[in-house]
Parts: sequence; C-alpha cells; structure tokens
Amino acid sequence: MILTNVESVPGKRIVEHYGLVHGSSIRAKHVGRDIMAGLKNIVGGELKGYTELLAESRRQSIERLVAQAEELGANAIINIRLSTSSVAQGAAEILAYGTAVKVE
Amino acid sequence: MEEYALLLEIGIPLLLLLLGFVAGRVAEARRYSRIARLEIAFQHMPIFTSKDLMEIGRRVESSQLTVGSVVVSVDHFKRFLAAIRMFFGGELRAYASLIDLGKREALLRMKQSCSDADAVVNVRMQTAALSHGERKTLGSVEVIAYGTAIKYRKDDDGLI
Repeated sequence: MILTNVESVPGKRIVEHYGLVHGSSIRAKHVGRDIMAGLKNIVGGELKGYTELLAESRRQSIERLVAQAEELGANAIINIRLSTSSVAQGAAEILAYGTAVKVE
Repeated sequence: MEEYALLLEIGIPLLLLLLGFVAGRVAEARRYSRIARLEIAFQHMPIFTSKDLMEIGRRVESSQLTVGSVVVSVDHFKRFLAAIRMFFGGELRAYASLIDLGKREALLRMKQSCSDADAVVNVRMQTAALSHGERKTLGSVEVIAYGTAIKYRKDDDGLI
C-alpha cells in the first residue's frame, strides 16, 4: 500500500478512484504517565510518554485506514490528512483520512 | 508553627519557580544544541511545502507518507511569566521557544523516519493542545509534521 499526502502517486498513473477512507483512534493516557508528565511540567521539555502514546495511536489510525482501503481493492491512498484533537481532558483523538485509489 | 506553615505556603511555589527557571534553562540550551546538530546532519534532504513535482524537475522512483511528532511542555517559570503576560495581553514570548523547538523537532523526526529519501514534498505542520494547565495556561502541546517522502530515479538525472 502506497500512502501519500499529495493528489497523486508521484511517478505513477491513477487508474481508479474508490472514494474517501478514514481511520481514527481515541486514547487516554494512564495515571503513571500522567504523574510523570506532571513532574515534567515543572522543568519543561518533551513528554516522551505522550509522544509515544500519540505515535502509537497514529499508527493504529493509519492501519485502520489501510484496512479500509484494502477492502475496497485499492493499492494506494492519496491526499492523506492527519489531525489530533483532545475530545476530553486526558484523551486525544487521532484522525486520518484520504482517498483510496488504484495505481498502475 | 504558624510561621512554618506560612513559610511552606510561600516557599514551595517559589522553590518550584526557581527549579523551573534553572532546570528549564539548562534543558532548553541542551535541546537547542542537539537540534542544531541534527539539522546539519539532515541538511542534504530538502523539504518543500509545495506539492508540484514539476518544480523539482526530477523523475520519481517511489513515494511514501512520512510523519514526525513530538509532545512538549513549558517549564514552571515560563508558565508563570505567561500568566502575567496574559493579564496585560501581547505576544507570549515565553511560549515562542517551546513552539519553535517543537516544530523543529517534529520536522527532524519526519526526516529521520525516511532517512533514505531524497526530498519531502507537501509538508504540513500542525499544533494541537492536548491538555490545559491551571488557569487556562498552556499544558502539553503536540506538534506534528507530515509529508510525502520522494526517492528519485537514479538512472536519470535530467528534467522531466
């Protein structure tokens, strides 16, 4: 599966469009990580626990996106967009969406 | 006893401010030097916000989505400065270095996750607040950078 965030697959020709596919996942951080983050909030800097959590969540969203596209018979997803929003205090939603296509 | 209680009440927040000031400064200086070093190491990989490959003028072998992200937070002292600034309004310079470091770190990670690519096109960056601190101050912020990593065809150096 080729994933791009441009309107084509560079160097390849699109032969079929299957429409929008999307994948999302919502994650909450656990208490241990919250306490560590609380301490880190005093000195500032990167909150590694959260970075990993969101990266993992994003991976899962993209996996779901790919699974949906595979079901349609696509072999590439173009114009992918990613977004993060905190839907509740302590939980973040990662959304990935794009257009499933078939390329040569 | 009462004096001790008062001392604790003022002393602990002051201590936290001081700790934030000192530790925050040291940590920030270290992060800046680390990022500057890595940026030089990845200088050979140009990134474009445009998606028009004609502008690059090379034939493409393969392309793949690439993502880099980081969650960052400011130190206690800067949050205190920002709280004062929020009363008077104006630019929050205390947060500027945080966002700057976050953006650069996310871009670097994006490049690192496709280290064999020749360029990254259509790069998009976005910032999302994950949580808020007390009194509407900044909590943690996620910065994401993503784009399409491009590998050129090695057999052809000419224009399209």
